[in-house]
Amino acid sequence: MNTLSTGLAAGGFAFLAPLLSAGQSARNSIILAYTIRRTLILIASLFIAAVVLFVLLRLLPGDPANALLGVGATEQQIAAARAQVGSDQPLYVQFGGFIGNLARLDLGTSFVSRASVLEEIGNRMAVTLPLTFFGFVVALALAIPLGILAAVRSNKWYGAAISVISQLGIAIPVFWVGILLVTLFSINLRWLPSGGFSLKGWANFGEAITGMILPSLTIGLVMGASLLRYVRAATLDVLGSDFLRTARALGASFPEALIRHGMRNGAVPVISILGIELASTFLGAVVIERVFSLPGLGSMLLLAIQQRDYPNVQGVLFISTLLVLLIGFAADIAQRLIDPRLRGRGRVLA
Amino acid sequence: MTTKTLLLAALLAGVALPASVLAQDFDPNASIRIGSLYEPQNLDNTAGAGQGINEAFNGNVYEALFQLTDAGSVEPKLVESYEASEDGLTYTFTLKDGVTFHSGDPLTSADVKYSIERVTAEASKSSRKRSLSTITGIETPDDKTVVITLSARSISLPYNLSYVWIVNDAAADITAVEDGTGPYLLGEWRRGSALALERYDGYWGEAPTNGEVVYTYFTDATALNNALLTNAVDVITSVQSPDSLAQFTGNPAFTVTEGASTTKELLAYNDRVAPFDNVKVRKALARATDKARLLNSIWGDYGTLIGSFVPPTDPWYVDLTGVDAYDVESAKALLAEAGYPDGFEFTLDTPDYDPHPIVAQFLQSEYAKIGVKVNINIITANEWYTKIYQEKNFEATLQEHVNHRDIVFYGNPDFYWGYNNPDVVKLVADAESAGSEAEQVEKLTEANKIIAEDAAGNWLYLYPQIVVSAANVTGYPINGLNSQFFAYDIQKSE
Repeated sequence: MNTLSTGLAAGGFAFLAPLLSAGQSARNSIILAYTIRRTLILIASLFIAAVVLFVLLRLLPGDPANALLGVGATEQQIAAARAQVGSDQPLYVQFGGFIGNLARLDLGTSFVSRASVLEEIGNRMAVTLPLTFFGFVVALALAIPLGILAAVRSNKWYGAAISVISQLGIAIPVFWVGILLVTLFSINLRWLPSGGFSLKGWANFGEAITGMILPSLTIGLVMGASLLRYVRAATLDVLGSDFLRTARALGASFPEALIRHGMRNGAVPVISILGIELASTFLGAVVIERVFSLPGLGSMLLLAIQQRDYPNVQGVLFISTLLVLLIGFAADIAQRLIDPRLRGRGRVLA
Repeated sequence: MTTKTLLLAALLAGVALPASVLAQDFDPNASIRIGSLYEPQNLDNTAGAGQGINEAFNGNVYEALFQLTDAGSVEPKLVESYEASEDGLTYTFTLKDGVTFHSGDPLTSADVKYSIERVTAEASKSSRKRSLSTITGIETPDDKTVVITLSARSISLPYNLSYVWIVNDAAADITAVEDGTGPYLLGEWRRGSALALERYDGYWGEAPTNGEVVYTYFTDATALNNALLTNAVDVITSVQSPDSLAQFTGNPAFTVTEGASTTKELLAYNDRVAPFDNVKVRKALARATDKARLLNSIWGDYGTLIGSFVPPTDPWYVDLTGVDAYDVESAKALLAEAGYPDGFEFTLDTPDYDPHPIVAQFLQSEYAKIGVKVNINIITANEWYTKIYQEKNFEATLQEHVNHRDIVFYGNPDFYWGYNNPDVVKLVADAESAGSEAEQVEKLTEANKIIAEDAAGNWLYLYPQIVVSAANVTGYPINGLNSQFFAYDIQKSE
């Protein structure tokens, strides 16, 4: 395995390695150079995100010490709480500490719960990541077959119907879909729980997975609707293309031509959209957690903002930003692996 | 044994049988799932954990020397007996025998000293710190005796001590673990989701009537109600969305109970600034508020009207709803007398959560009738704390005050609302140093009447305390005073 694929494997992109080792060395060096450039951009983006995060959070009125105290607190208690959370320090001191800790990947401990931020994010990820994953799987399972069908059969009534329904799906807010599904499947039919997550987490697999079904379906339906439209548009493009007509003229059957030539070409724009969609699925998970009372990153973030619990807010947003940037990073690399025409260009997509 | 005694025994057995069947009617090992909106942020009530920790831990995991019961009385818990000296400055407490912490250590006087000092310590964020500040010394002459000396008489000492968890002095940081003496010990805990309490088999007192309690936390009232509707929880500690009650009230599968609440919805003026420094203006606004209509529009038939800051469960309650009763014409007359015949304009800092924004709009339309223009300024809870509580930079605000016995805040001229009446300051101080409870009640009743006559604030209504449960669950507390929710008597039938 070459350095790039080792690096990718270490970065969790092991699935790309077989693609790489099958390639030629010239292709690899182009992609390697691109990957290095793209990594530098990733680091710079992270730094900018951290600065914006810090500044925005401090622009909010209110003091983090307040969350620790109630009505009845004395002046001394207020001063002691401010000293404890460091909100009595000048901003540049707070900023220096923040960036220094970040560089060491030390996200600190929460002002309010006193728990390690990184550890807590890890616990919350056990909810948010599977939720994102299942939501995305549902979205793909809906969007790809239905999108292709809607394009191939665009002149039939059901092709048009899929198109119209997907438009409707885009217009509906995700939390509303969640409420509708709860009303139907939990309250009326009693098939699935209305919310909450198993106290024992994934150790109680049955309970945990049952609790994931409705939220995943909610995210998948909404994300699937917008993804479907991209798949349909990309397929329509391919259907009208010269190469497909040529393939047919050379004797390939329509499905054969579509699968061999059409899919790979259609995949390029869809993958860049997939990256963005995966990122929005992740953010959608954050919203839907509230509707379903799931102890994920989203509920942690909302509470932390209310309490001005800076270490928690910064930690969650930083890790989320990192994930979204990594998804964009992976989408860019994947596109270059699929489409040789893009390899010479340094265009950054997300 | 004669036939007669046999018959008698059979009869007795026959009588006893239904009773024992009745006693076995509930499952002694049941898991009780309690749904709540108040998740504790950590497990230490002196470290800013929020009201949720009292709900889950008071009386369940930790016990105090005294307990504030659900009925509002203060009763000995970990003390066997106690006596106060003639001058009221020395209290001697004798601890109960046979009490052990969950770690197995026996309860000693050193633990009590440690626990009180935890609350009065510099780093403590306990809301009771101020009220325990009269403690000047804690002696432990032997393992079972604690002697507390005070700088001034404090009739509320037992009451204030009911807030002080007795913690094992070997426990250092209790933000993520516990070592109490209560009937339950901490089981599984998942932040953002749930916290389980398991029955402690070494408990010194009567064993709980259930095997386990799981507090499940929700951020959204609708999600909480759905959980009860779908049988994911057995009981909701306090219903906060009035609209949702209808789905439970007509349904035989659920029991809706209204208890006595201590949460007061208050329009607080900054009494330091004009025009609110003028008692006539404050009285005019009180008379221009149709509180019955406000309460009805928010809670329907639930909730209680109050004429001052004192709820009916406080010993110094008197019905003062007749003082400054709703009367728009006399409100206008009072405003004119105060020098504002054409009204005035003020900014109402309104917390952004329910019910405050609705209440603010209601007041805006009410006061328009007497020419007073209300500008609503929506702020977050955190801003409220900085702007109003700390900086006292406001004209008027809305706030819900949850504590029991908090009329004493009116005796503190530096409190955020700035009410300063020397008579009330003196009465509140005298009540605390009273020689008897009767004297304390007399003084505070007097203070209560004065703040009502002064219209120190505009006490809009008392929230209802509504608990909803599945019909097969009984024995839960209905008043939830100071957010406590004792779980040990809860029974669940099969």
